[in-house]
Amino acid sequence: MSSEHLRFTGDPALPASEFAVSATDLTKRFGTFTAVDAISFTVRKGEIFGFLGANGAGKTTAIRMFCGLLPPTSGTANVAGYNIRTQSRYIKQTIGYMSQKFSLYEDLTVAQNIEFYGGIYGLTREHIARKTEQLLEELQLQDRRNKLTASLPLGWKQRLALSVSLLHDPSIIFLDEPTGGVDPISRRNFWRIIYEIAGSGKTVFVTTHYMDEAEYCNRLSIMYRGRIIEIGHPGELKERYGLDSMQDIFIHLVGGDIRPENTP
Amino acid sequence: MRRRLFAIIRKEFIHIFRDWRTLMIIILMPILMIVLYGYAITLDMRNIVFGVIDDARTTESRALIEAFSENGFFRPLHREIRRDDMEELFMRRDVHMVLVIPKTLSTDLITRRTATVQLIVDAGDSNVGTFVNNYAAQVLNIHNRRVNDTSPLLFTITPRIFYNPDMNSTHFFVPGLVALILMLISALLTSIAITREKETGTMEQILVSPVHAREIVLGKVLPYVFLGLINASLILISAWILFAVPVRGSLLLLGVLSLVYVFVALSFGLLISTVARTQLIAMFGTLMATILPTIMLSGFIFPIASMPDILQYFAQILPATYFLLIIRAIMLKGVGLAELWPEALILTGMGVLLLFAATRRFRMRLE
Repeated sequence: MSSEHLRFTGDPALPASEFAVSATDLTKRFGTFTAVDAISFTVRKGEIFGFLGANGAGKTTAIRMFCGLLPPTSGTANVAGYNIRTQSRYIKQTIGYMSQKFSLYEDLTVAQNIEFYGGIYGLTREHIARKTEQLLEELQLQDRRNKLTASLPLGWKQRLALSVSLLHDPSIIFLDEPTGGVDPISRRNFWRIIYEIAGSGKTVFVTTHYMDEAEYCNRLSIMYRGRIIEIGHPGELKERYGLDSMQDIFIHLVGGDIRPENTP
Repeated sequence: MRRRLFAIIRKEFIHIFRDWRTLMIIILMPILMIVLYGYAITLDMRNIVFGVIDDARTTESRALIEAFSENGFFRPLHREIRRDDMEELFMRRDVHMVLVIPKTLSTDLITRRTATVQLIVDAGDSNVGTFVNNYAAQVLNIHNRRVNDTSPLLFTITPRIFYNPDMNSTHFFVPGLVALILMLISALLTSIAITREKETGTMEQILVSPVHAREIVLGKVLPYVFLGLINASLILISAWILFAVPVRGSLLLLGVLSLVYVFVALSFGLLISTVARTQLIAMFGTLMATILPTIMLSGFIFPIASMPDILQYFAQILPATYFLLIIRAIMLKGVGLAELWPEALILTGMGVLLLFAATRRFRMRLE
């Protein structure tokens, strides 16, 4: 599964494992439906790792298992060197997570949201105050700090949500379709930030169903009906299949067998 | 632990005070309810209309009719009725009772020193029938003594009525209403507290943080305890102003035990919140689980002692059952903690148990 193309910026402060995420036969069933079907892969520290797949391919379910929101049915995985079955408490302190659904409080102001999320990670008041200033400046939201979050445009909301999920300085950040519903320019800007995050040594684990976004990833796995059907560097995959774009590769792999409700 | 808990509490307070419309509903609804229910639910009967068939038409018969009419309980139908009309008047509910005075009333009184009159009572509502019958008997009793106070009476019963000397049913119902409303409102408040965050997706964001289930549960309950306290005070003050229900015991004890009761209701609402998937289900479930049992089985109207065994057992697990005993005892009898500690202890235990269950239940939902 390893590849020479990988960009590796290991963080020596993190012990135990050279991998930020490693999964072994990770499976999740809901009743008779297998949402995630025995996936195995590794993500190195500092990588931008992408999960590409149609809606319902099992991306969100997989990411929820890594974040400790769902227990796996079978198989296992390590996140930041901790086992997701037994050590999810430690994982939670180490990771950041931004869910598909916008999940800041709309009826709280920008500053109150930052304060709350800082608070539930146990940050001190001074720390939160310092972070708040820094963050508002970065996002150029100083004049909107006391405005309700509901009043922000979607692109800003998502950038704010991303910043909030980084408040406690996690070493791995999970982004579940972070750019859903956002215009292409905002998406580009968002990816610029993702590169900055990875540049600072953090691992970025991102799911998407946008083909252009898939190209931005260091390494990519293509999910289809709960399985990983291909994994590798985007350039390497194009070479292997002799195709020009991720779009073509995706269609080649999945073929015409996209159920209507799964159309990206 | 403390930082995370305070963060949640602070956030809940912001939610509560930002949404002033909901806040007004929370504050005004209990007062509205106590006004509506307080005036509507009463067992005291007044203005029971009765008809008279007076075949005697003498001074004595008019005195008797006067005796029935002079208190506020009975009110005469202001027209003559005939025997043929009687059935129809009952059917149309124009009268609840008919007094039939025989032609021989005055002569009987002179010759036999006693006379018989007939009372026909509508007992379609058995309770009303009994009341009317008893009141009529009392009216006749008083009238008898007035007409002839030398008539020998072997025994007289002189009742002294304790705690509610006027037998005012409002004094009995209003404390019950306080129990009902506090249970309903408090449980409703927390029943949506967790479901709402599940619906908006913010719960997911909280769950990936290192927050413990007990911090979330406590953080959700504590702000509403404060709100519950405001509610309880408002309800008690309204009860006192509108219905002049006395508080004979310690106001402090009443306050503290009301708070315990509110805590039980809040914890119950939170338990529902951890189970329900949507806010709608949570609210509906709370309504079902609080209103009906509290009204029917807690002793709010119907005495528990007269229920079938199985319902009596069920009444034992209702928080309102214990709070009703407590609040009536404190308000009407002036009873103190020395007598009420078992109920207070049971309520406290229930609250702790429910909160514990909510925490456990919540942890399972982290899955």
